[in-house]
Amino acid sequence: MDLRFTPDELAFRDEVRAFIRDNLPADTRERMRLGYPPRKQDSVGWQRILNRKGWAAISWPKQWGGPGWSAVQRMIFIEENQAAPAPELLSFNITMIGPVLIQFGTEEQKRRFLPRAANLDDWWCQGFSEPGAGSDLAALKTAAKREGDHYVVNGSKIWTSTAHNADWCFLLVRTNPNAAKRQEGISFLLVDMKTPGITVRPIISIDGSHHLNEVFFDDVKVPVEMRVHEENRGWDVAKYLLGNERTGIARLGKSRERVAAAKEMAREVRQNGRPLIEDPAFRQRVAQLEVDMKALQITQYRVVSAATKQSDGRPDPLSSVLKVKGTELLQSTTELAMDAAGPLAMPIWAQELAEMANEPDILAEAAEQASASYLMLRAASIYGGTNEIQKNILSKAVLRL
Amino acid sequence: MDFDLTDEQRLLSDSVTRLLADRYGFEARKGYLKQPAGWSAELWAQYAELGLLGLPFAEEHGGFGGGPVEVMLVMQELGRVLALEPYLATVVLGGTALKLAGSAAQQATLLPAVADGSLKLGFAHAERGARYDLTDVQTTAKRGGGGWVLDGAKSVVLHGDSADKLIVSARTAGERDDPAGITLFVVDAAAPGLARRGYTLRDETRAAEISLSNVAVSEADVLGTPGAGLPVIERVVEAGIAAMGAEAVGAMEAMQAMTLEYSRTREQFGRPIGQNQVVQHRLSDMLMSLEQGRSMAMLATVSVEEPDAAERARMIAMAKVGYGQAARYVSQQAIQLHGGIGMTEEYAVGHYFRRCLVIEHSFGDTAYHLARLAAQVE
Repeated sequence: MDLRFTPDELAFRDEVRAFIRDNLPADTRERMRLGYPPRKQDSVGWQRILNRKGWAAISWPKQWGGPGWSAVQRMIFIEENQAAPAPELLSFNITMIGPVLIQFGTEEQKRRFLPRAANLDDWWCQGFSEPGAGSDLAALKTAAKREGDHYVVNGSKIWTSTAHNADWCFLLVRTNPNAAKRQEGISFLLVDMKTPGITVRPIISIDGSHHLNEVFFDDVKVPVEMRVHEENRGWDVAKYLLGNERTGIARLGKSRERVAAAKEMAREVRQNGRPLIEDPAFRQRVAQLEVDMKALQITQYRVVSAATKQSDGRPDPLSSVLKVKGTELLQSTTELAMDAAGPLAMPIWAQELAEMANEPDILAEAAEQASASYLMLRAASIYGGTNEIQKNILSKAVLRL
Repeated sequence: MDFDLTDEQRLLSDSVTRLLADRYGFEARKGYLKQPAGWSAELWAQYAELGLLGLPFAEEHGGFGGGPVEVMLVMQELGRVLALEPYLATVVLGGTALKLAGSAAQQATLLPAVADGSLKLGFAHAERGARYDLTDVQTTAKRGGGGWVLDGAKSVVLHGDSADKLIVSARTAGERDDPAGITLFVVDAAAPGLARRGYTLRDETRAAEISLSNVAVSEADVLGTPGAGLPVIERVVEAGIAAMGAEAVGAMEAMQAMTLEYSRTREQFGRPIGQNQVVQHRLSDMLMSLEQGRSMAMLATVSVEEPDAAERARMIAMAKVGYGQAARYVSQQAIQLHGGIGMTEEYAVGHYFRRCLVIEHSFGDTAYHLARLAAQVE
């Protein structure tokens, strides 16, 4: 047993770190460092730089532009990229629709969509959840009726992240309302977001940002060749997509970045007449989080290294451990950063301050973003299968209760 | 020991509940937010009419002679509806400062004006670099022009943008962090040299940065004994902590009720989510936190008038830790059990969440008060 990276893996990490350092555009880096979420142009710009290097489609086969990395290398890359901090690869493109098309898509679908997904020429979004179908995804009602060479889609989707940026949507629809089992009447469609009949309504989150949307489909025509896999077998595709490699799910790099942001603020602010970073209680809290991050890191190594050895394609139930522990940790790190900001976590003023002073007020911005990310990441234990659902999975799949 | 309310107290609580139930629906609140001040002037007048603005003041000052329990009852109801008006800033913070340190003349002119709704106050003590340290004052007041001249800046002054007068702390002696040498002044918000910039906090309530440049005040505007401002400041903050505790209890009760209702009506997998044991236990945990938080808010309330300063400070610090932790847990779980809908601006629970965030980071957060208590462990 050896928990250290091999010399090759260390060399790979250094290579990734150096590439990010040398190629991440300065304005993107600065925004990310202050804790802002990446803008659309930040994400697109960075993914294209990575794609030119052959580092965007990280889990795809070489034939479709993948770098041919091992699972450990992918993990190293994701962590370095998050911790930089750099915009993350668009998961809808890279970990969702790409692998789905590679597994289930027609040659035509692969040729048409994969290169554009890797290069973020098409921004994909995920049309899964509905107002009545959240944790219980199979309850979805959005209907697709076959009419000649196309489907006519009616219904609505909710919590559709970045639908307002999206060019395409992969969509779960009900094609057979009379199937014996709910899961058996579902199909998986690819929908051009410019198709007439689609309306995107913004949902503003509690941090004031626009990330989520409700998407309405009103007699939306989708050509039959835009169906992935067989009709009424869309649940297989969805299951594959949701269980597909979840290396990045722990978001350890993001947790690291939040702790670093907290420490940086703690050096700037005073408590009881000395820098907060010298406060024993604060240091103890940081130390506890570092312990938790270490444990999660080793668990992640174990999951990743097990995945490289077994190739039955079934998701490791331990990935639910990564999701629950990773999001709990991430939420704790956002609390640390917010608490480090102290009373400065309360005001929403950074933009105004910058305009007045003609230069950014770094501490004020970092503090404002600390509370914003605290608010936004309350969603981390909700999206991607709530932590309660993850524990159900563990109860059933591991404990067999 | 007696936890019962008097008939008068029950009457007070009922009348506030009725007014706010009528006028402070979530939709109506959105309208108040859009008003220029960010709160409702009309409701402010109604608070005055109901006697709420003079509640803790003596009858000779247009008040009702109420105490911390009466303030608690009002704050709890204001918390339940996320009221936006400057009640805490004006009546609790400003009012406490005037009651404790005001001269007979100051009290006779200012308190009746607060009670009738014509005078709004702000407590301009904290400074940008001070974090939660009450002794960290760098604003200065120097003798000049027959009175005093103030220079410096104050930060995150709650409702400082709509205050008519500000209670400003400034150093008349000593260095940064010295407990002695801090003096309070009543400063007109329109005084030449005083500039304010208002903004919203995370919960959409208002606050302001205030800068003072050569602001002249008269001798009559000194509040209390020169150089001995700190004990007054401490008591104002303690009163603020007690009042916010009651507000947090009202907010937690509202979140608990909303989450309970949601778990009864939201169906997944063919049944209400509240039928899952994990949800039932979580709601039970929230309830336990809420009740522990309520106990601590009560402790803060009854401690406000405790004559032993050390004991008072200790109880108030304990209360802030206790209800702050309760508010964090209850508000986090309220969002979690709501799922996606809880993350949205258009749904009420996230607004309560953000009010709790602001309450927790006001007047010293959990870590700050825990450290004070830790230093006293024998």
